[in-house]
Amino acid sequence: MTDNLLEAIGLQKSFGALKVAQDVTLRLRPGERHALIGPNGAGKSTLLNCLVGKLIPDTGSVMFDGQSVLGRKPYEINQMGISRVFQTPEIFGDLSVQENMMIPCFAKRDGAFQMNALTAMSSQRDVIEKAEEMLVEMKLADKRHMHAASMSRGDKRRLEIAMCLSQDPRLLLLDEPTAGMARADTNNTIDLLKQIKDERDITIAIIEHDMHVVFSLAERITVLAQGTPLVEDTPDNIKGHPKVREAYLGESQDAA
Amino acid sequence: MKITVSSTGLSALDRPRMPMIALVVFALALAVFFVFPDRLSLAAYIGIFALFALSLDLALGMAGIVTLGHAAFFGVGAYTAGWLALAGWQEPITGVVISGLCAAALAGALGPFILRLTGLPLVMVTLAVGVFLFEAANKLTWLTGGDDGLYGMTFSPVLGIFEWSIYGTTDYLYVLAWLALAFYGCHRLTTSNFGLALRGVRENRLRMSLLGSSVLAQLTLAYALSAFIAGVAGALLAQTSEFVGLEVLSVEKSIDVLVILVLGGVGHLYGALLGAPVYLLIKDMSKEWNPHAWMIIIGFMLVFVMLVARGGIHGVLHKVIERSRGKLPNGEPR
Ligand SMILES: Nc1ncnc2c1ncn2[C@@H]1O[C@H](COP(=O)(O)OP(=O)(O)OP(=O)(O)O)[C@@H](O)[C@H]1O
Ligand SMILES: [Mg+2]
Repeated sequence: MTDNLLEAIGLQKSFGALKVAQDVTLRLRPGERHALIGPNGAGKSTLLNCLVGKLIPDTGSVMFDGQSVLGRKPYEINQMGISRVFQTPEIFGDLSVQENMMIPCFAKRDGAFQMNALTAMSSQRDVIEKAEEMLVEMKLADKRHMHAASMSRGDKRRLEIAMCLSQDPRLLLLDEPTAGMARADTNNTIDLLKQIKDERDITIAIIEHDMHVVFSLAERITVLAQGTPLVEDTPDNIKGHPKVREAYLGESQDAA
Repeated sequence: MKITVSSTGLSALDRPRMPMIALVVFALALAVFFVFPDRLSLAAYIGIFALFALSLDLALGMAGIVTLGHAAFFGVGAYTAGWLALAGWQEPITGVVISGLCAAALAGALGPFILRLTGLPLVMVTLAVGVFLFEAANKLTWLTGGDDGLYGMTFSPVLGIFEWSIYGTTDYLYVLAWLALAFYGCHRLTTSNFGLALRGVRENRLRMSLLGSSVLAQLTLAYALSAFIAGVAGALLAQTSEFVGLEVLSVEKSIDVLVILVLGGVGHLYGALLGAPVYLLIKDMSKEWNPHAWMIIIGFMLVFVMLVARGGIHGVLHKVIERSRGKLPNGEPR
């Protein structure tokens, strides 16, 4: 199965007595938009954390493009081409939006801050230009001098997505990118993610509770419940799947 | 635990520029040379502490390394300069550079272990390292002179021309030159891409490492650079006073330098230049009046800074200047 971009097989992760992931398997095909859904506490974020090296699974294997991810440091995994957007935006709060954007651009240009004093001191102009380009693309240009921490949650999220995209990752992991967004912003984000896919050679895995987002974006869906994957299938098949209705969709439709 | 240095009034919106404040401070410092020719030894001492505080600002203000053990590097610098002179290496400038390098080497060796920590654990470990070095120096009397310190050293004239004088004229200008050089270097560093990366590390280590950069390597480099400057400051103290006492390694020195920086303002480099004269002049002036009075005054100033003026003296000056220019405190940067 080397034609999968990412293969996580048999992942287990416990926090003390709490088994958060039990034998989780996730396969991402190159270029697809893959949604991960499941009720709160199903272990979705934990799974992504295991993929980027923030957590180390107790057992299991994670292969990215034929290479093992486990045992590598988070920054090394990122350099392999995996970028992660968090459930709560992880940005540089006390820096300006422009500076937030400059850091990944600089990291990319200089090979992730190799400690080369000369490049570290060298010109910032091309970095600033690249950052500006991204800000314009993400419609954040008018906020470039804003304090990142004082932006709205939706803008922070957009900034974080922009920061990750500027790295040209091969795999982008998104954790509830539209949570807390107004409908209009949510639709903008859906359009943005579709557009990203059309313009770049990128694979996207997205955790999402909003079924509108899931069904507008996803080409395949994996359903997680209580730390185990229930099914992996196309959206149409998932919609009609009895187990899924029971474990997840029923709940969320009642709530909505 | 995450300690955000932002609470000290740091804002990225006013990135360090080579501004008026620095020029004014250095102009004033030069004026001191002519106006107070009989107080130049004290002035040199203040300059040394400004340099020491500058080094702390690089670690704390830029990279967010909260430390209570910075005197370790100051002390290593001072002892190295003393040992060099006693061993016959009396050329001062190379002596300073070698001392700085020794301090940087220590930081480079410690960094990969202790800089994994943040917050309180980091504070405790840096404190422990400081205490350990102090006690070691206290015990190793054959090496450090113990309580008596290192004395009897002499240094050759600066650049082979400027003789050291008891009035401290050479001392002062020599210290001032090092301070100006270090300030310029720090300024270049903090406005560079590397400086931006350090502020990124300070703000969010997780995000930084998930943008593909080795946070530990960056922190270690920043720590070593900071230690280099602290070591230079220590070496200057040894050279200007021709003596190295045990107190260069003491916890009090680590606290002094932290208080100086917080009073002056963390994270803008200028805080070091402003805090050192204020702190040490108050200490000096109230000494004759009542030896404990300065503690009380400094205590009140610290409380004031913490409660109402988080940016320290730099923050207050900055606001005054912005107001006088008719700008809002948080107006458009640049
Ligand atoms: N670091 C941790 N230590 C202990 N328990 C944790 C930790 N991280 C997550 N958990 C627990 O693991 C379970 C799964 O968490 P996870 O965040 O992966 O769920 P999720 O599927 O992302 O849920 P949500 O939809 O609410 O984001 C939860 O019960 C959570 O409380
Ligand atoms: Mg989650």
